[in-house]
Amino acid sequence: MKYSIFSLARAALSGHKNWQRTWRDATPKDRYDVVIIGGGGHGLATAWFLASEYGIRNVAVLEKGWIGSGNAGRNTTIIRSNYGLPGNTGFYELSMKLWERMEQDLNYNAMVSQRGVINLYHSDAQRDAYARRGNTMRINGIDAELLDLAAVKKMMPFLNFDNARFPVQGGLLQRRGGTARHDAVVWGYAHAASGLGVDIIQNCEVTGFVRDANGKVTGVETSRGRIGAGKVGMAVAGSSSRVADMAGLRLPIESHVLQAFVSEAIKPLIPNVMTFGAGHFYVSQSDKGGLVFGGDIDGYNSYAQRGNLPVMEDVCEGGMALMPMIGRVRLLRQWGGIMDMSMDGSPIIDKTPVDGLYLNAGWCYGGFKATPGSGFVFAHLLARDTPHEEAARFRLDRFRTGAMIDEKGQGAQPNLH
Amino acid sequence: MRIVCPFCGERELGEFTYLGDAKPVRPAADAGEDAVYDYVYLRDNIAGVMSENWYHGGGCRAWLKVTRNTLTHEISAVEPAAGAGAAKVGA
Repeated sequence: MKYSIFSLARAALSGHKNWQRTWRDATPKDRYDVVIIGGGGHGLATAWFLASEYGIRNVAVLEKGWIGSGNAGRNTTIIRSNYGLPGNTGFYELSMKLWERMEQDLNYNAMVSQRGVINLYHSDAQRDAYARRGNTMRINGIDAELLDLAAVKKMMPFLNFDNARFPVQGGLLQRRGGTARHDAVVWGYAHAASGLGVDIIQNCEVTGFVRDANGKVTGVETSRGRIGAGKVGMAVAGSSSRVADMAGLRLPIESHVLQAFVSEAIKPLIPNVMTFGAGHFYVSQSDKGGLVFGGDIDGYNSYAQRGNLPVMEDVCEGGMALMPMIGRVRLLRQWGGIMDMSMDGSPIIDKTPVDGLYLNAGWCYGGFKATPGSGFVFAHLLARDTPHEEAARFRLDRFRTGAMIDEKGQGAQPNLH
Repeated sequence: MRIVCPFCGERELGEFTYLGDAKPVRPAADAGEDAVYDYVYLRDNIAGVMSENWYHGGGCRAWLKVTRNTLTHEISAVEPAAGAGAAKVGA
């Protein structure tokens, strides 16, 4: 159904009893042109762009649980395009532009809020690094402003400006950055893709690949039977290595746990998304009033979807350094998601050495902001068999050739990215 | 998660630093590019019981070999890594 002010009024007049399901919970057919493994944001976005941009509508999205039950429902909902390296800069801006038109494209309110993202700096060296990143963004047509201390004080007077060890000196601001309602992003893509004929199949776990005599993937074995496929795309985040293993592939990926946190609701305090530059702490405030925040990954391999206390302590210390007055705000909830940490901290969107199998992985803990862009370029790859120009550097073989995209310069140590 | 260090006893996780899978072994100098690529970049990324290298920086500063389940975080064994004073604990 089409959502509008009229549909809302009609539903209101009938006591909100006649809303239809926003997407179809499909049962699997025997065969699809494209099967996408993973019903998260990236998988559903891929299906929608395949149907809407590339005219491929005989598509299934297979999800082992319920859609959005993985990292799409476990992030801190931040969207931004403030990346500095060739390969990343253009891609994340493509994604940012897709965020800006998403709600109109999908006919779904994803609560995209361009409230601004500010990265605070605390030293001269960090200011210089942020100035350079901001200049890189501006050269590429992306908005960026370097704020001095007076401008930060005016924008966020509640910060602790007396921190002698890590004094706030200013910040790099991207006004077009912000947040989006993560579940609504999942439901919006499901709604729009389903409307174009895409089958969204839940509780359908892939247990193996069907290969022909030449080794080409021609389908998948699932917990709901065999499903044939012209092409198979993987968008399974933290489970990438496990699914790839079924096709005999080893990936340059480690799975790590990232925690996120929500405080009890407080009155409006934080006007934007902000990050503490002297540690790792990022925070925004939800419309319900809770502070939504996070920090580093725990640092050890994990598939457990839960973390440990040292990182929680470290994250809260970052928050306290910036805003000592939140010390008496109680933590409401905490959760963990499994990140597909790649060896250079950047994603992989490429064909695999197995014919018919395509890979979308390695998002580390930055996958949410990439959701529309990832879907768009992965759909391009699946439809055309050539990479989209903005994703051409996200190659699987870059670890062999040396064309790494290492934004943090940490080398092949995934728990440091 | 708490780790029972063979030298220091049971300690909280914050004292330890993680290196990763203990299985990859540095290839010989003449092993060729494929072996080095595999060693540096490719991972089994095991979902289950894994042997790992941890460093007890907040304690004895010894390297440890920890056997841990990545699905549950359960630790089944902690041994000194080769050369890390192994003889002192009779390992």
